Formats: sequence, C-alpha cells, structure tokens
Amino acid sequence: MNTLPDSRYDTTAVLDVRDDFPLLAQTSNGQPLAYLDSAASAQQPASVIDTVRRYHENDHANVHRGVHTLSHRATAAYEGARDSIRGFVNAASRREIVLTKGTTEAINLVAQSFVRPILGPGDKIVISHMEHHANIVPWQIVCEQTGAALVVAPIDEHGELHLDALYSLLDESVRLLGIAHVSNALGTVNPVAEINAEARARGIPVLVDGAQGVPHAPVDVCELGCDFYAFSGHKMFGPTGTGVLYGREALLEAMPPYQGGGDMILEVRFDGTTYNELPYKFEAGTPNIAGIVGLGAAIDYLENIGMARIGAHEQLLLADMTAQLGDIDGVRLIGTAGHKASVQSFVVDGIHPHDLGTLLDQQGIAVRTGHHCAMPVMQFFDVPGTTRASLAVYNSTDDVDRLIHGLKRAIRMFR
Amino acid sequence: MSARLEAVPDASRELYRELVLRHAREPHNFGRLPAASHSAEGVNTLCGDRLALYLEVSAEGRIDAIRFDGTGCAISLASASLMTQAVGQQPVAHALSLSARFCTALSTGDELEEATLAALSAVRRYPSRVRCATLAWHTLERALASSAVATE
Repeated sequence: MNTLPDSRYDTTAVLDVRDDFPLLAQTSNGQPLAYLDSAASAQQPASVIDTVRRYHENDHANVHRGVHTLSHRATAAYEGARDSIRGFVNAASRREIVLTKGTTEAINLVAQSFVRPILGPGDKIVISHMEHHANIVPWQIVCEQTGAALVVAPIDEHGELHLDALYSLLDESVRLLGIAHVSNALGTVNPVAEINAEARARGIPVLVDGAQGVPHAPVDVCELGCDFYAFSGHKMFGPTGTGVLYGREALLEAMPPYQGGGDMILEVRFDGTTYNELPYKFEAGTPNIAGIVGLGAAIDYLENIGMARIGAHEQLLLADMTAQLGDIDGVRLIGTAGHKASVQSFVVDGIHPHDLGTLLDQQGIAVRTGHHCAMPVMQFFDVPGTTRASLAVYNSTDDVDRLIHGLKRAIRMFR
Repeated sequence: MSARLEAVPDASRELYRELVLRHAREPHNFGRLPAASHSAEGVNTLCGDRLALYLEVSAEGRIDAIRFDGTGCAISLASASLMTQAVGQQPVAHALSLSARFCTALSTGDELEEATLAALSAVRRYPSRVRCATLAWHTLERALASSAVATE
C-alpha cells in the first residue's frame, strides 16, 4: 500500500513495513490512520504482540524462583531478552543491563543509588536546557535531599547545545552530568561521544537519557563511552512498562540497591542481608516479565531490518516533512539543529497547538501537542506548547503529505 | 455557511462553531482589574496554559466587574470570554450555580438553556478537551472562594 513512485525519495532507501503493525490498519475519524506520535509511544509489530501472547499462553511463571519447568522457561525467555538488549547496545556484559519499568525509573535509580550517597552542599549536578522532565526532576529531588545545586547548560535558537558553555560548567564540584542523547521536543541529536569524553577527562560521570536515541540509530554504549545510558521499551516498538539502565559494571558494583525486596538478595537475616549480584541487585520484586520478553522481540524486529536502514528511512521523510512545513505561511519550526532525529516541532500563527491537534485528529492524523514534558524548552522558545510530528520506521510519504494537507485545512479554518 | 469553513470536516465545525471562533479571536473582558477583590490563577496541566481571573464583588455579593487574561486554545479562550459575559453583573450565587450546571453538562450531556454557553457543549465529545472548557469556570470557583466576601 505504500508504493512510492514519488521522485522526491530515494525509493531504495525507503522502507515499507506498515503492514507489520496491526494497529495501523485502522481508520480514525473516517480516515486511514496517520500515526505521527511515535516519539510519545511507538506502535508494536505483530511479532512483539504475538511473542507476548505466546508467553502468556505457554510460558508464564515467576522468574529466578521455581524449580518447575514453566519457571525455567519464563526465566530463559526473560534472561534471553536481557542478552538481546546487551547485544543491541553492545554492552560489555549482561551484568551491566538493569531492567526497569522505563527510562524514568532508570534515571531515578541513578539519582538515588549513585549520586545521592556522594552528593552534598557545594556539589553540583549539570543538565541541559533541552531535557525531558524525567531528566530534570529526579536531579531536583536529590539536590533538595542533599543541599547540592542543579546547574543548567544553555541551548541556542536552533535547539543546539552551547558545547563550550557546557564544558565550562564542568568543574571539580560537578558530581554528574545528565544529558539527552536526542531531545524529545526538538529532535536535536547531541554529540554524546564527545560530551562523554570531555566529562571523562574531568572525572565526571555522565548519564545519557537515551529514550529518544535508541529508536532512530544504532547505539553502541562502548563506542559512545557511556557511564550510564537509560532507555524505554515502548519508544522502540516494545511494550510499555519496560526500560533499561545500562551502567558500567564498576559503577553499578559500587552502588547500593535502589529498592529492597525479593530477587535482589542472596540471603536475608534479621541481623543483616546479603545483596544479590549484578544486575539482580537492582531488580527488586517480580519484574514485567512479559513486557521484557516482548522488548526482546522488538529488538529482533529492529535488528532484522537494521538500525542504519531505519535511520536512513526516517531521515528521508524528515527532510521532506521539514521542507514542506517550512513552506507553509505562518509556520515556525521549533528545533532546527544541524543533526536531528525524525522529530519536528512547530507552531502556527493564530492557532493554539491544542486546537491544531484536535483539527488534525478529526482528519485521522495523530500528533502530539503541548509541552512534551519539556516545559523549560517551551519557556526558552517563548511558546505555550508546540505541535510535534514524529516519524518512525512505519511512516511513509503518504503520512507526511496527509499532515501537510491537514495542516493547511486547519489554517484555512482559523484564519 | 461561509466559504472559508467549507473546507473543514463537519465534526470540527461542530466543535469550532463560528461563535466560538469569534470569542477566541476577540475575547470579551480580556485584561486585568487593578481593584479586584477576588482573583485566582488556573493552569491546565495537560498543556500548561494559564488563565488569570479578576473580579470586583460588591458587598451585596454581586459580580460588578470581571476580567481575565492569559494564554490558551480557542476552546479555553472562548469559554472564558463567554463565562465573563454570563456571570458579569450577576449575584455570586447565580454564578456558582451556573458553573455547576455548565461543568455537569459537559460530563453528563445535559442540555444547557443558555444558548451561548451551549455553543461549547460539543466539547463533551472530545474528552481531552473538556478541561479546556472548564478551566475558566473552575478558576472562577476558586477566585470566589479566595476571600471572605458575603455571597448571600
């Protein structure tokens, strides 16, 4: 259905996988669904949905506990997914892959287990102005708890980091740098390999918020030189309630547990408890087993296509969408960095993003509107919110054209 | 029907009626009241929009003047504008009962006898937008509760 006779595209680089995603077959408000909100949550391919269903139908039991056959199968599936995740980000060891319920939990884990014990008055945590609330608020909380200060590195009008200003903030009082790999509101791809190296040279550990990084390009935590890299399953076509904290083994080893409970212990006695080895020390309680198994299937799906091909596909669509949006009178693009992932925010003169979201929805086009959990970004650009269209592997030239057409209709109505 | 509106889908036209668009483009009673006896600020947490409401309430409990400012979508601006028209020069008790009826109507589908307010009743079919329409009214309730003035 996604035939691409269009000369705007290098058809050899454009993927046609929409049919792999059952949800996209539906109509929305009488129109074929144009789903342009993958940066909020991506849809799942049939292989993920089927894997989760088969797990529930055949293999479910608690993990790491029973001696019975089902528990072995559930454990094998769950730990197999961990191995897939390790390979996907090229971590050195499966001990470095802590499974969480999302990026948010992963960042909170680092804030409380890694940073809090070493933080005190006079110390600083540095983040950037383009962070998602999940990479702001956990640091505000730990600063309140310890008397440390949160310092914000500036961005420019394109939505790019001022790298020199960032590096000048990295003095001996900084205990951690938290930085987005890709800005969810602006699409900016930050040069995290360079940033990690600069911070490493100053002895400052870095947490990279990779929630918007992993869906768009190959991620190699060794090549990037990461100390911590956090990401979510549902942004990369896996189930919600799944996430990953990659941490360098030496750092994780030295950290106290985040939460206490079952599975994170070796021996519990009232006179003292011995914690489990990595990564289980950080995985208290029964995890989202089915979700993680589904995340493993999502990784199989992505690796089957290849992240580099996915990135190339998205870049073609992004270039076209950005050019067409920029040609519309009264549209202001928010986020015009030189290196971007397939996310474009914009505002339209005289139309509030919320109204635009409703008018597009009425035409079967799903976009995100509002502050995108990045209110400081909105404050920087002096807008109440934006409309954001985000592209994924399953989007097509048709989706882009629908957005442009729908936007022009909405503008005609409001002017 | 103006030619301009023919290009948009019917369902959107039901929500964005000409009356609503008119009030959104040029809201009534927009601005501040330096001598306000009551005021409150409302925030729509979904989008971060802010609306500040200012009232002058007489000793007898009548809303002598009402103004609002802030930023918002067409639905919230039109709702605030229509609200200021509906409750201006009215007793506080009437404003509060109207607020209750308006907010209930958006959740239950009850018909509103006030024709201008009924222009917003289609919002009930857009669950994510109901808060845009009720923001001004909830802010009004908070403003009126903000200070101990006789309310009959």
